[in-house]
Amino acid sequence: MAVRIVFLGKLADLSGEAEREVPAPLDWAQLLASLGPGLAQAVADGTVRIAVDGELLADKSMLSAQAGSEVALLPPVSGG
Amino acid sequence: MAITVELGGTPFNPGAYVGPFTNAHPGLGGVCTFVGEVRGEGGVEALELTHYAPMTLPGMEALAARAVDRFGLMGLLMIHRTGVMRPGEPIVLVSACAHHRRAAIDAVDFCMDHLKSQSWFWKREKRADGWHWIEPRQEDHSDLARWSEEIIEV
Repeated sequence: MAVRIVFLGKLADLSGEAEREVPAPLDWAQLLASLGPGLAQAVADGTVRIAVDGELLADKSMLSAQAGSEVALLPPVSGG
Repeated sequence: MAITVELGGTPFNPGAYVGPFTNAHPGLGGVCTFVGEVRGEGGVEALELTHYAPMTLPGMEALAARAVDRFGLMGLLMIHRTGVMRPGEPIVLVSACAHHRRAAIDAVDFCMDHLKSQSWFWKREKRADGWHWIEPRQEDHSDLARWSEEIIEV
């Protein structure tokens, strides 16, 4: 099983898709490598948060996603 | 005491919610309601709100519970749209009832400030030249800071 990456907000436009699957397991360096340079730079920005299976990471560089997990890339919100 | 939190992709009628909500709390001292709608200014043709299902509704439910606890509410109603909306359509409805007016008014203000800048929504607007993502506004964060004792992720 793979790890599913979900792109939210303008990250979905940058990636050209709402989600994609990558091989498991997935850590921070592997995530950046899988995204390619442009997206990796956007995701590395300090305002972008990461959640694994709905749980927000305090430190995204500690990402450690296993097979079957969903990794959400969350840019700054603008709602309401 | 009733907490109702809903997230929906189709238009809603705020009045259809507020009447039954108020009636469900006999003996209330005050009810305060805010309805946010899509503004038509600036050539905006449509607005789209996206959300992230595993986090957005749970975050709204946690926010509602905190507001009820903090302001000692009798009841709280929080309805939020997602999807594509046209100018004039309601985006959000927050209604609070309490024994005293200040709690109801402050609770609605508190919920709106947190929905604007702490809830998992992303907004873009369609104008004549296409779609534009809306960046977070500084005012949203200073509004949030008024409730400073606790800014937690929702």
